[in-house]
Amino acid sequence: MATHSENQYYVPHGSIYPSILSVGLLSLASGFIFNMNNLHFGKWMMYLGAAIIIAMTFKWMGSVISESITGQYKSWEDKSFRIGMIVFICSEVAFFAAFFGALFYMRVLSVPDLAGYDADITPYKDFLSSWPSLGPGGVVLGNEYVPPANFKPMHWNGLPLINTILLLSSGATITWAHWGLIKNKRNQLVIGMALTVLLGITFLACQAMEYHEAYTEMGLTLGSGAYGATFFMLTGFHGFHVLLGTTMLIVILIRCMKGHFTPEHHFGFEGVAWYWHFVDVVWLGLFIFVYML
Amino acid sequence: MSTTTVAHDEVHHDHPSGIMRWLTTTNHKDIGTMYLTFSLVMFLVGGAMVLGIRAELFQPGLQLMNPDFYNQLIGVHALIMIFAALMPAATGFANWMIPLQIGAPDMALPRLNNWGFWLLPPSAILLTLPFTLALFGIGDGAIATGWTFYPPLSVQGGIGVDFAIFAVHLLGVSSVMGSINIIVTLFNMRAPGMTLMKMPMFAWGWLITAFLLVATIPVLAGAVTMLLTDRHFGTHFFDAAGGGDPIMFQHLFWFFGHPEVYILLLPVWGFIPQILQTFSRKPMYGYKAQVYSLWAIGALAVVVWAHHFFTAGMPVPALLYFMYSTMAISLPLAVLFFCWIKTMWKGSMTFETPMLFAVGWIILFGIGGLTGLVLADVAADAQYHNSYFVVAHFHYTLFAGGIMGIMAGVYYWLPKMTGNMYDETLGKWHFWLTAISFNLTFIPQFFVGLAGMPRRIPDYALQFAEFNMISTIAAFALGLSQLLFVYVIIKCVKGGKKATDKVWEGAEGLEWTLPSPPPYHSFTEQPVIK
Repeated sequence: MATHSENQYYVPHGSIYPSILSVGLLSLASGFIFNMNNLHFGKWMMYLGAAIIIAMTFKWMGSVISESITGQYKSWEDKSFRIGMIVFICSEVAFFAAFFGALFYMRVLSVPDLAGYDADITPYKDFLSSWPSLGPGGVVLGNEYVPPANFKPMHWNGLPLINTILLLSSGATITWAHWGLIKNKRNQLVIGMALTVLLGITFLACQAMEYHEAYTEMGLTLGSGAYGATFFMLTGFHGFHVLLGTTMLIVILIRCMKGHFTPEHHFGFEGVAWYWHFVDVVWLGLFIFVYML
Repeated sequence: MSTTTVAHDEVHHDHPSGIMRWLTTTNHKDIGTMYLTFSLVMFLVGGAMVLGIRAELFQPGLQLMNPDFYNQLIGVHALIMIFAALMPAATGFANWMIPLQIGAPDMALPRLNNWGFWLLPPSAILLTLPFTLALFGIGDGAIATGWTFYPPLSVQGGIGVDFAIFAVHLLGVSSVMGSINIIVTLFNMRAPGMTLMKMPMFAWGWLITAFLLVATIPVLAGAVTMLLTDRHFGTHFFDAAGGGDPIMFQHLFWFFGHPEVYILLLPVWGFIPQILQTFSRKPMYGYKAQVYSLWAIGALAVVVWAHHFFTAGMPVPALLYFMYSTMAISLPLAVLFFCWIKTMWKGSMTFETPMLFAVGWIILFGIGGLTGLVLADVAADAQYHNSYFVVAHFHYTLFAGGIMGIMAGVYYWLPKMTGNMYDETLGKWHFWLTAISFNLTFIPQFFVGLAGMPRRIPDYALQFAEFNMISTIAAFALGLSQLLFVYVIIKCVKGGKKATDKVWEGAEGLEWTLPSPPPYHSFTEQPVIK
C-alpha cells in the first residue's frame, strides 16, 4: 500500500541490525571483562564491539529516520514513541536513584555508624563522622597496608556552578529552538540547536577539567572513600549521559538543517529534548546533594 | 465503526526464511516463539545443573565435585532459572498473546522487540562461558557467590563474577526494552472500546510486571556496577574501610530482588484465572477485586525488601516495619486466592491438562505463600534463615508458582499457537509425574530445614541422610519428567488433531476468535469491543 491513513499502524519490515547490535554488545562486554582481568587481547574485542555498536546504531536509527521522512509514521505511531520514551526516561531515573541511594545510605547510615561504635570494640578508634568522608581505614593492596590519602573535596562555587549555569541555559536554548520549530522559524530552530550543542560540549570540557584537577591537584580519586566513590560514579554517569545527549543533539541539529522536521511532526526532536531536560534535572540533584550540601 | 488496518510493507509478504527469518523478524509471534524456545532450552540447562547439585547431596560427604564447583552450579542454576528460563517464558507469552488478546496487529515497537530477544543468547553465553574458560586455564570458573552477588565474597571472587555482572546487565537491558514495549502496546494498541478495566487479566498482570521491571531492574544494574568498580577500580561502596557497607549491597540487591519475585509471578496470576474460567465454564469471579489486588501487591512489592536479610542486622523498628509490611501482602494475595477458588465454585468443571496444572498450582503455590508467611516472622526467621526451609519455600513459589503456572499456560495456548491439539494422555502423565516428584523433592527439604540443615553447603550431618536421599531420587524423577514435556511439545508442533478456532469449549477472549494458528498479522482489522 502506498498511502496510509491515520487508522493504520505501521509494522516495520524485518531488520538485521538489532541482532548484530547484540553481538557487538557481547564482544564489548566480554572484551572488557578479559581486559580487566589482565587478558589484554580483550582490548581488541572491545574496539570491535564498540565499532559494531556504533555502526548498528547509525544503521538502525537511519532506517527509522528514512521511514519517518517518507511518511510511514502517523499520529498513532507517534504516540507509541512518546509513551516509550517516557517509560525509558523513568528507567533512567531508577538507575540514578540507585547511586543517589548509595550516597544517602553512606552519609546517613554507614559513615556515622562506623564512627559510633563502642570505644572498646571498634577497630577505628579515632574516626569521627563527617562529610566528605574518606572512611575510617586505608586499604590493603596485596600484602601492603596503604593508609587513606587525604583529599580536598570539590567546592560547589567554582566549575560546578558554571556547569549548572551552562546546563540550565541549554535547557532554555533547546526550548527556544522548539518554539522556532513550532512557529516554522528555521533560523531560530537551527541557532537554538547549535547553541544547545555548544553548551553541552562546553559542559563536558568543564567536567573534564574538573576531573583533571581532582586527580592531579586535589588528591580526589575513585578510591577516596565514600566521598570519592559517590562523587565520581554520580558525576561520571551523568557526564556519560551528557555525552550521549550531546551526540543525539548533534544528529538532531543536522536533521534540523536538512529540514526533516515539520511543526506538526517532530518526535525525534522532542524525544531528544526530553532526554536533555532529564539530564538537566539529574544535574540539579547532583549540584545540591553532591556539591552543595 | 472502525476501519483500522495494519499497514503493509511490500517486504512483508515475502519475509525471509531460514535463519534470517529469526534474526530479522519483527513479528510478535515469531519473537514469542523464540522467547519460549530459549526459555525451554535454558530450563533444561539449569535443570541439568541442579541435578549435579542433588547428585552431590545424595549422600553425606564429598563425592562428585569440590565445594567451589558446587557453589558455581548453585549460583548459575539460580541465575539461569530466574533470568533465562522463567522471565523469557513470561515475556514469550506476552509477545504471543497480548496482541491477540487486545486486538492489535502486532506489538507497538517491533524492532525493539527483536532486540529484546536477541540480547538473551549473548547473556546466556556470558553466564556459562566461564565454565568452559576454566577448562582452558582461564579463570577459576563461574560465579560462586550464589545468585545474590553478596560482597565481600563477590568482591574477592574471580572472573566468573565479572561475567555474571555483565550477563545481568544485558538481561536487564532486555527486560527493560521488553517492558517498554509491553507498556506502550497496552496503552496504545488496545482495540477500540477496550478500556483498561476491560483488559484481559493476563494483560493486567503484565502491565504491573512491566512497571515493576522498569522501576527495579535499573537499580540492580546500578548495584552490580558498584560491585564492578569495587572489584576493579578501587571504590569503597561495600567496604567499611572506606565508609561503605556490605549490607548496603543487600539493600540495593533486594530492592530489585523482592519485586523480582512478583515479576516472575504476576504474569502467571494473570493467565491462571483465565484458565480457571475456561474450564469452569463460568465468568471470572471478582475481576475488579483481582485487578486492585494485583496493583496492591505490585505497590507493596517495592517496600518490603529487607525481609530477605533480617538476620544481617538492622534496628528493631526496621525489623518490625518490614515484618508487618511483608505480612500485609498476604491480604491482597488472599483476595486473589478467594477469587480463583470462587471462579471454580459450582462451575461445570473438566480437568484437561491446563486445568490440572492450574488447580495443582493453586494448592502448591498456596503452600509456598503460607511458608513465606512463616519466614516473614522476624522471631521465627532467626531460626529458619539460610536453612533448607527457605530453599523449599522458594521452590514452592517459583517452581510450583512460576514454572508449573507457565506449563499450564503452555498447554492452554499450545493448540492456539501450533494449530494442533497436544497429546492429552501424555499431558496428564506429565502433570502427575511433575506434581508428585516435585512434592517428594521439596517436602523433605522442609523437614531437614526445620531440623537445621543449612543451604549452599555440599556436605551435611548424618541425620539428614534419608531425607536428602529421597529428595535426590525425586529430583531426578522431576528432571526426567520434563523430557516428556519436551516430547509433548515437539509432537504437538509436528502434527496432531487439528485445533478449532476456539480450542476450548469455555474459552472467552479475542485470541479465540482468530484461526489456530493465527495469521501472520494478527488483527489486520481491529475488532470493536462493546
